[in-house]
Amino acid sequence: MPDPHAAFRGRTAIVGAADTEVGIVPGKGATRLCVDAILAALDDAGLARGDLDGLVTLNPFAEPYTYHAEAIAEYLQVQPRYCMSVATGGGTTLAALHQAASAIASGLCETVVVAMADSLRSGVTRERAAAMQASTGHPQFEAPYGAPVAAHYALIARAYMHEYGATEADFAAVAVATRAHAARHPGAQMRTPITVGDVLASRPVADPLKLLDCSLVSDGGAAVVLTSAARARDRPHPPVWLLGVGEGHGHEHLIQARSLTTSAAVESGRRAFAMAGLRPADVGFAQLYDCFTPVVLIELEDLGFCAKGEAGAFVASGATAPGGRLPVNTHGGLLSHAHPGHPATMLAVTEAVRQVRGAAGARQVANATFGLVHAQGGVMSSHATLLLGREVP
Amino acid sequence: MRARPDGLPPYATAETQPFWEGCRVGELRLQHCGDCGAWQFYPRPFCARCDGVRLEWRRASGVGTLRSYATVRRPVDPAWAGEAPYLLALVQLDEGPTLMTALAGCDADDVRIGMRLAVTFDARPGGFVLPRFRPLSGSRD
Repeated sequence: MPDPHAAFRGRTAIVGAADTEVGIVPGKGATRLCVDAILAALDDAGLARGDLDGLVTLNPFAEPYTYHAEAIAEYLQVQPRYCMSVATGGGTTLAALHQAASAIASGLCETVVVAMADSLRSGVTRERAAAMQASTGHPQFEAPYGAPVAAHYALIARAYMHEYGATEADFAAVAVATRAHAARHPGAQMRTPITVGDVLASRPVADPLKLLDCSLVSDGGAAVVLTSAARARDRPHPPVWLLGVGEGHGHEHLIQARSLTTSAAVESGRRAFAMAGLRPADVGFAQLYDCFTPVVLIELEDLGFCAKGEAGAFVASGATAPGGRLPVNTHGGLLSHAHPGHPATMLAVTEAVRQVRGAAGARQVANATFGLVHAQGGVMSSHATLLLGREVP
Repeated sequence: MRARPDGLPPYATAETQPFWEGCRVGELRLQHCGDCGAWQFYPRPFCARCDGVRLEWRRASGVGTLRSYATVRRPVDPAWAGEAPYLLALVQLDEGPTLMTALAGCDADDVRIGMRLAVTFDARPGGFVLPRFRPLSGSRD
């Protein structure tokens, strides 16, 4: 009986990765940021524009196009065999990587660039930013109550506190550990170390969430170059193998969530680990989606790094901080590195690539043979988990 | 955002119209499956539990339990600006489905997950009616 996962595990690798400048980057719109990321990633891979025959991009809020990937291909003056845009971020980013890898594995194309960038801080008017915020929630049964995104996540946070006895200090510890990682990253938007007291004293946004429990609003993006195993070994950097990917889709709107405290990350993680032939104990670091601090606690549990209700203690032990046994968000995450909106997970992917390559400098995790990237979208609605590695198990 | 000429919210659809008409006359209505007895919301053309198609709208008890709550300090809809800060909530109705709502008649110090709530109907500035929930009178925490 053929192994159903053999079609994916180790069939493709990331051979190029690059970030744009992130944070507050006026004067470079979303289009130029995307192109800059692509050119830098190709250069990192030792490839030229003409070497790519597949392109996947994100249609940004700032400078959207009807067919975004085609517009970027046109800008680059290439005519790819495979060309697709996605409209959302979170888990969609990892699903897009999976589809790009599948396109290679199926023979549709050989070398795909996946690139996403946006200009949410500098490139979007106040009115458009407000419209983005107001678009959260079911248009008939949630949005009419006028709540921002943070309040939807605050509902999850309060339910988690009630069910497991977690405290606002448990959430704050996530922000503290994440900032400690960002302090080691020269490109991070926020680098000054913070304490639990600083988080608890920060401005209430949507109780129980405060300003430092919430992600940044940033400009920026990143790109990776994906190619087949056959082409991956002759590049300037060692290949970073795509080993497993899984998706989990539990709901779209909170009113229909099966649970407020256990998410479809359970399914996405299980599927990714099965495809990769790995277990949580094999993973040396994890980039977890951290739009708000409580999300990281739920992801740690649902992905199997600790038991339900135990993530607060896990973080408090220092396990996720620099030097801990499972560093989380080694670049500083959405909380401290940057949150350019839908492209955000690409920054987690490029950071994971650097870690697996052994090229993360002062941030290098000692055991980085296998790394995990997890992303979610909606309100812990839609999840995807990716496993990368220096070798194929 | 203003009500339609018939007094329903502008986003009401043919499928959800019975719910919004109920709100307009002070009734909380849910779909009820004639085959398996399940209540469901929001409406679909099939029963999500048994795939039955004999669905009808019925008046629900209007009573539920608080599943979670959060404070809205900066509403993204100007119609709520005058009420901030207010409590956003998820309420699980006794019939099973969960609604999102804004609590009325209580503040953050009075709220406990698991408390019993009863529906109340709020005529909004735009001229349509939204369901909200208040502490159920006579209930204990």
